[in-house]
Amino acid sequence: MNQIKHLFKRDKAVVEAAGTPEVAKTVDFTRGPLKIKQARFNLPIWAKAWISLIPAMIFLLAFMIYPIINTTIISFMENFAWQRGAGSFAFSNFFQQLENSLNPDLLTPVTAPKISLKNYISVFTDRDFQNSVVNTVILVLVSVPLTIGISLVLAVLLNSIKKLQGLYQTIFFLPYVTNSIALGMVFNVMFSASDGGLMNQFLSIFGLDPRAWIYAAQGATKFTMGVAITVSTVWNGLAFKILVFMSGLASIDKQYYDAARIDGTPRGRIFAKITVPLLSPQILYITITSFIGAFKAYSGIIAIFGQGATNYGGGAGKAWMTIVGYIYNFRDLKLPYAAAGSVILLLLILLITLVQFQVSKRRVHY
Amino acid sequence: MAEHELYFADEKALRSYKVRKVIRNVLSYGFLTIFAIFMLIPFWFMIMTSLKSEIAYQNEQIAGILRLIPDRVVWDNYASIFGTSGNFGQYFLNTFIVATLSTAFTVVTTVFASFAFARLDFKGKDFIFTILLATMMVPGEMMLITNYQTAMSLGWKDTYQALILVHGVSVFYIFYLRQTFQQIPNELYLAAKVDGYGEFNYLFKVMLPIGSPTIVTIIILGVMGAWNAFIWPNLVASGTNPVFGNSMRLVSNGLMSLFTSEFSSRDTVKIAGSVVVTLPLFIFFLIFRKYIMRGVSRSGIKG
Repeated sequence: MNQIKHLFKRDKAVVEAAGTPEVAKTVDFTRGPLKIKQARFNLPIWAKAWISLIPAMIFLLAFMIYPIINTTIISFMENFAWQRGAGSFAFSNFFQQLENSLNPDLLTPVTAPKISLKNYISVFTDRDFQNSVVNTVILVLVSVPLTIGISLVLAVLLNSIKKLQGLYQTIFFLPYVTNSIALGMVFNVMFSASDGGLMNQFLSIFGLDPRAWIYAAQGATKFTMGVAITVSTVWNGLAFKILVFMSGLASIDKQYYDAARIDGTPRGRIFAKITVPLLSPQILYITITSFIGAFKAYSGIIAIFGQGATNYGGGAGKAWMTIVGYIYNFRDLKLPYAAAGSVILLLLILLITLVQFQVSKRRVHY
Repeated sequence: MAEHELYFADEKALRSYKVRKVIRNVLSYGFLTIFAIFMLIPFWFMIMTSLKSEIAYQNEQIAGILRLIPDRVVWDNYASIFGTSGNFGQYFLNTFIVATLSTAFTVVTTVFASFAFARLDFKGKDFIFTILLATMMVPGEMMLITNYQTAMSLGWKDTYQALILVHGVSVFYIFYLRQTFQQIPNELYLAAKVDGYGEFNYLFKVMLPIGSPTIVTIIILGVMGAWNAFIWPNLVASGTNPVFGNSMRLVSNGLMSLFTSEFSSRDTVKIAGSVVVTLPLFIFFLIFRKYIMRGVSRSGIKG
């Protein structure tokens, strides 16, 4: 027992030498030596590893890995129909459908399934899909640079002030903890068509006439709907970016700024030549995540239009449909289209991320 | 930058420096204040509108004079929200159940998986971990299509398990906690080994206490995620609750359903609904501000 005590003391010294004070604080050494429990059998490390991994792996395989593979296969299957009792598992569905197609006794004949690119061709030639891609790209190209620019300026200003910094930071962070449906609902009402709508009230200060913003039936155009979407997207998107830029700014060495000031460098030049290059890792990170986020825009948009989860405003009901909106619209009727659409979305996201990494190789300053 | 003292050639230079500093401060605070107001307007609008009576609000709309403060504060809108047709009491209960259980599942799976990835060695570890990281790139819509079919064929339509189990694991959290675990010095592990600790004992007695701030962040982000979940619950849970015989909706879906309910044209009630959904999360945020902001700056997930 004495020997154990001795060992324990030594270990405590090791811990204190190696670990941070935090670590040493967390481990309770006051309780005296740890009791040695002789294990009846000792499992090898790899077995323990798999025991620990099993709970996560079951969920990951069932709800992430299998769906990715299955959805990809479905996107290549012609005549996939899971509603007719053929199951959702792509392979078994394929053979079940094949069997059904050879069965002459069925009341409704089934067409034999095939592996082809037909779903992709149909999706690409679908005007709704083309429309949704154009919409998504417009929203991405307008909202992403706008949000990044504003949040960068706000973060730099926030970083330069001393009084009230915490208060402003909390205010700017509030949209992040706002439910996006609640947010959309509030913007829906703020952009109401009547004279007393908040946006119309605001414009009347400048002598502009009230107008409809959201609903095509009231005379809203695609442009006015786009304005409403952009305002709410920018409003919602600033919080996270300001937070990341602030943490990046905090890690920039103040000496650069002192040196620039001794040389009498103007503020704008300091921003362009010191702040932006030294923030470039954060800017790259934010650019990639906001591009991906903007490509997946959906719930913020349907919340603004209201009237159910498949309404995107507009006369035809599809004015601002996005790629994700397209995927959801087809989830029941033409599932393979939705599958093909989601594979295309994945490829788009991969492509954009790759391009951004390529660009960043030359521009980002680590 | 005032830590360093500055020296000026003469009085004039000092004065011009001071003048420029004042102008800069005025501009900075001015710009920040304008944007702070822009940020706060929707919240102000929300709270004030929810306290107006429907008639008063409609009159304001027609007259074109929106009042910033209600003439008379009424609570009727909130009464409608929690009444039988608003049904938000049930939505809150559903969300509470789902948030608690799915976060509990996530924490258990995350702790064990990140323990295996951070501490234990086994064949194929790097390979599996790389695959998991790659899945983070895949848009959730892709998984959702098959998960929807899986849930339907298991008979999980309008059940709690559909909402809880499908989000019972998160690759990002595993990644996040693994990083924390890896920062624990190896000497600690060796010391525990000398003292006869097994791997699992080490996990519970040493790694968990050290990793607890990260785990708290994961719990908070998990609860926020469940609170804001919309797309998946909207697909699988918009019907009748099998346990309570009431609605199966979560708060976000309940809120969205106001648009198509009898309240569709009653703006004040809809806004009161959005206040009811927003406020709890605000209070939550003010309590756990430190944990939330730290977790968020690393993750980029919209809670």
